[in-house]
Amino acid sequence: MTANTDDHHRKTVLVCCGTGCTANGARDVFHAFQTKLKDHPEIDVQPVIKATGCNGWCEKGPLVRIMPEDITYCSVAAKDVDEIVEKTLLEKVLIKRLLYRDPISKEQLTSHHMTDFYRKQYKIALRNIGEIDPGQIDDYIERRGYQALTKALQQMQGQELIDTVKAAGLRGRGGGGFPTGRKWQACRDAQGEPKYIICNGDEGDPGAFMDRSIMEGDPHTVIEGMILGAYAVGASRGYIYVRDEYDLAVQNLGQAIKDARARGILGEKILGSEFSFDIELVRGGGAFVCGEETALMASIEGRTGEPRDKYVFPTEKGLWGKPTVINNVETWANVPVIILDGAEKFAAVGTESSKGTKVFSLVGKVVNTGLVEVPMGTTLREIIYEIGGGVLKKRAFKAVQTGGPSGGCIPASLLDLPIDFDSLAAAGSMMGSGGLIVMDDHTCMVEVARYYVNFLAGESCGKCTPCREGIRALLEILTGICSGQGRMEDLQVMEDICLTMQEASLCALGRTAPNPVLSTLRYFRDEYVEHIENQFCPAGVCRDLTTFYIDPEKCTGCTLCAKHCSVNGIKGEKKQPHIIDESLCIRCGECYRVCTFDAIKLARRDRNEN
Amino acid sequence: MSDYTTIIDSYKDKPGGIIEAYHALQKEYNYIPEDAITAAAEAFGMSPAQAYGVATFYSYFKVGPRGRYIIRICESAPCHVAGAEEVVSALESELGIKMGETTADGKFTLEFTECVGQCQATPIITINSKPYEDMSAEKIPAVLAEYK
Repeated sequence: MTANTDDHHRKTVLVCCGTGCTANGARDVFHAFQTKLKDHPEIDVQPVIKATGCNGWCEKGPLVRIMPEDITYCSVAAKDVDEIVEKTLLEKVLIKRLLYRDPISKEQLTSHHMTDFYRKQYKIALRNIGEIDPGQIDDYIERRGYQALTKALQQMQGQELIDTVKAAGLRGRGGGGFPTGRKWQACRDAQGEPKYIICNGDEGDPGAFMDRSIMEGDPHTVIEGMILGAYAVGASRGYIYVRDEYDLAVQNLGQAIKDARARGILGEKILGSEFSFDIELVRGGGAFVCGEETALMASIEGRTGEPRDKYVFPTEKGLWGKPTVINNVETWANVPVIILDGAEKFAAVGTESSKGTKVFSLVGKVVNTGLVEVPMGTTLREIIYEIGGGVLKKRAFKAVQTGGPSGGCIPASLLDLPIDFDSLAAAGSMMGSGGLIVMDDHTCMVEVARYYVNFLAGESCGKCTPCREGIRALLEILTGICSGQGRMEDLQVMEDICLTMQEASLCALGRTAPNPVLSTLRYFRDEYVEHIENQFCPAGVCRDLTTFYIDPEKCTGCTLCAKHCSVNGIKGEKKQPHIIDESLCIRCGECYRVCTFDAIKLARRDRNEN
Repeated sequence: MSDYTTIIDSYKDKPGGIIEAYHALQKEYNYIPEDAITAAAEAFGMSPAQAYGVATFYSYFKVGPRGRYIIRICESAPCHVAGAEEVVSALESELGIKMGETTADGKFTLEFTECVGQCQATPIITINSKPYEDMSAEKIPAVLAEYK
């Protein structure tokens, strides 16, 4: 996946203009480069300045990269641009303060490719992100874009495409992991015209943003994947359903569709062939359940986004009752690479049952947050510790939440689990769309379960009883446990409710909603017991059960806790042990989390006190 | 302000166009007026109850009037653990309203939202869809000043 060689010799300044970097002023940096370079016509080869999509390393943004030298500058502000042009571009001198410093070796690294965060990644779906200007169709074409389409239209039959995707072993990246080739085959074999292709860009899992990054940073790969899918199954019309929150994705996809039409890549007789296909962009309205495919189709049809039963699959009766293939953004982004490079190359990466790579969004209490693409079968430890740099503030790792609200929490004992669709399901979680939220020992697992169930209570569409009532009952019990009202028999009742929901819910939302509860009950049962029998929250999160005090032996009087206390409830002289005023304390736990000397201690709250 | 029937009519021929029409109406009025829902029902061949159902099912559509600037605070897990609560109290005290309310001058409305997918720098708030990252109580006055 190397760039066109000519392009390699051209001096290029790449300014990351993903949503993350833009919020930190990347557009100003981009304009500053444009203005500054106009003042320097003496630079013989005027560099090309490109606003690229998200590099996934948003924490260090705005990122500026200078090619072909491959220099990466972090946290660049508009005021740094003069210096970058004068020193680095004109005199070829590195500006050390803008380089990334490895937190462990303290070494300054000239390129982001040398950091552990990038070095251990393997990019297929994210191959172009950060390398191209998503607004320029030619950037995509230079990096072998639309070559798979040309190859397919000139040399392959639709069935051959399906056979290739089957042989590659591609499985749906949206969560379920259904074999993509089989889905396409079912749609191709189904009776009914016209056939539809849908791209599911309704990424709603809290903590997940890989699809946003692809739609913003490389919209043409999604379009090319969809055209290939349409050619394979014989569809004539496609929809990209994007959640309304993704403003930049909507803009970039809209531009990309327009440009593709202008080049004859979309529309009538694509690239001079007999094949016609066009794509329309549809915005969601803010409903998590619309990530479920039948609910999504109902939404495109202009109805409330409620799912339906799937005795008949969408591949036979989907959008407007016609055969429909619906795949997730990341799945579509893999298709052009499989067609162009062949099934074998793709299938060589990954595990026996899950081929290729997966993009994860690594967030929470981890040093490096951002998007990470790794081969299937990489262990959680490699992702969290080697790429992610470990737990923030060197705290103890407690769990990693995978798969969004429908996923589960995986404990430290399973860190060496090679992750793919099947291993995660066996561990009681799921791949989901690929969110990984790292949690440290200050996280209460009962509260986490309550949080997710509360999220699902708001997002359940209410159509079927097991999901609607089951979630509500679970929420009531969990809230009770968090506030000290739990009983041991509640645990059995929750397990029964969960089982019923798994068996009897209408759609995947209800069937997977018990996962946060079941996985925490499975791996962190002792925390539930501690809450119920000892009326104590060992993480210091549940306010009704905990109180805090300062250990005078350990307190150095640094005043950090006092500064963070929102109610001014911590008193004491500088460099002298402090005390917490019980009458003011709201038990938010902020002091406990910020103290670097382990001086704030937890105690069981005597619930008769007020 | 353009008439809502003109807006609805421009999506009338599009299958499933009611959602796009609602998006356009909300862009114009900042909420969807009840009369517009009745008009949309007729244009798209639905019962008023169905059209009302669509307008209230999606969390981004609102049927009651609200402020010119919609401030949404993400309450999803990554923002929650990064201290979204502190940002909520800062916004509430700065604007003198509670979550879900609109300021008396009709300028600001405070709402919760689910994950907006900007989890790289939490907590996040959005003002009319523009994201502001890495928020804290101290940064709130400066952000609001941009809109005052």
